[in-house]
Amino acid sequence: MNINATLIGQLIAFAVFVIFCMKYVWPPLMAAIEARQKTIADGLADAERAGKDLELAQEKATAQLREAKQQAAEIIEQAKKRANQLVDEETQRGHAEREKIINQGYAEIEAERNRAKEDLRKQVAALAVVGAERILQREIDAAAQDDIVEKLVAEL
Amino acid sequence: MASEYTTSEYIKHHLTNARMCTSDDGIVFNKACEDAGFWVWHVDTLGWSIGLGLLFLWLFRSVAKKATTGVPSKTQAFVELVVDFVNENVTSTFHGRSSLIAPLALTIFVWVLLMNLMDLVPVDVLPMIAGAIGEYGFGMDPHDVYMKAVPTTDLNLTFALAIGVFFLIIYYSLKMKGIGGFAKELTMQPFGHWAFIPVNFILETVTLLARPLSLALRLFGNLYASELIFILIATIGLFQLPLHFAWAVFHILVLPLQAFIFMMLTIVYLSLASEDH
Repeated sequence: MNINATLIGQLIAFAVFVIFCMKYVWPPLMAAIEARQKTIADGLADAERAGKDLELAQEKATAQLREAKQQAAEIIEQAKKRANQLVDEETQRGHAEREKIINQGYAEIEAERNRAKEDLRKQVAALAVVGAERILQREIDAAAQDDIVEKLVAEL
Repeated sequence: MASEYTTSEYIKHHLTNARMCTSDDGIVFNKACEDAGFWVWHVDTLGWSIGLGLLFLWLFRSVAKKATTGVPSKTQAFVELVVDFVNENVTSTFHGRSSLIAPLALTIFVWVLLMNLMDLVPVDVLPMIAGAIGEYGFGMDPHDVYMKAVPTTDLNLTFALAIGVFFLIIYYSLKMKGIGGFAKELTMQPFGHWAFIPVNFILETVTLLARPLSLALRLFGNLYASELIFILIATIGLFQLPLHFAWAVFHILVLPLQAFIFMMLTIVYLSLASEDH
């Protein structure tokens, strides 16, 4: 095998290639690869975080929805109660009113009757007076006087 | 296969590098260089390997310049795939912090892979083009134009890579353990007694030297053998087509595997060198 000066030439070429590769080829390629790896890693981390955020937001929304439903149910319950209360109150008031009106009616009827009685009594007195006058006009017939009085008494 | 060759001439022609050297007549090529000794340059190995190295650096540099941290282009995605593959292997094996190991591993992997892939170019194509250029462009005999297009089948290249790695092993050993620590590692292992220092030194030196040697010879041996088989298949006439296809398919596995092994062993050796026991 013939080892010759080619060896020296190849050694120099090898050294130059390695140094060039070390200075101008490897660092920019590695930098680009590492930067992209970082970008991808960041992107994945962001996506994961966003997923977690979404989950949290959904949980929160569900909880709020449940709370809102509960509140709505409470409000409806309260409203029903209030409505029942109002109906009861109104019913009682109505009963009281009716009672009052009926009592008033009774009182008015009583008063009317009393007044009618009074009128009647006044008319009886007037009749009595008229009867007395008539009796006085017919003094001749004493016996007839008794008749009239008896008639008057019977009219009462 | 050119018919005017004998089979052994054909094989020999394919396994000979294009050589260049200086002599008293100025720059001369190939057969004129047989007596030049050490100072011969394999211009085909140098040309193809440096060309492929520049292709690698140009491709990766052009992507690195436009590298976006957002959605990558398809080229960038491919380059990042390779870079990430190398980076994963480095970080899982080498536990220290070093800005050199990963780019070194990337360079070795992609460069060796590109050079290995030259093995899949049909064995006659590039020598014939080179021969035609030599014949019609420069008036040479095409038999005297050589073109061995797979740089990793040249021991000079694999040894250059391995020696580079060996220097780094020494450098990391000294940097992480200091001269004393490194000397202690060479002399006080595996037997921790002063009487064994010579034995230990011999054993540890062999271990140390075996690493670059095995790196270089493994890559060279695999690629040289596979290239040789490709050439042998090319000598058998029409039946070469299915054989050639089967052997090439097999090398879709072998070629990246050899590049990967070279890279992986480099990382392992350097991590061993930089770890204290």
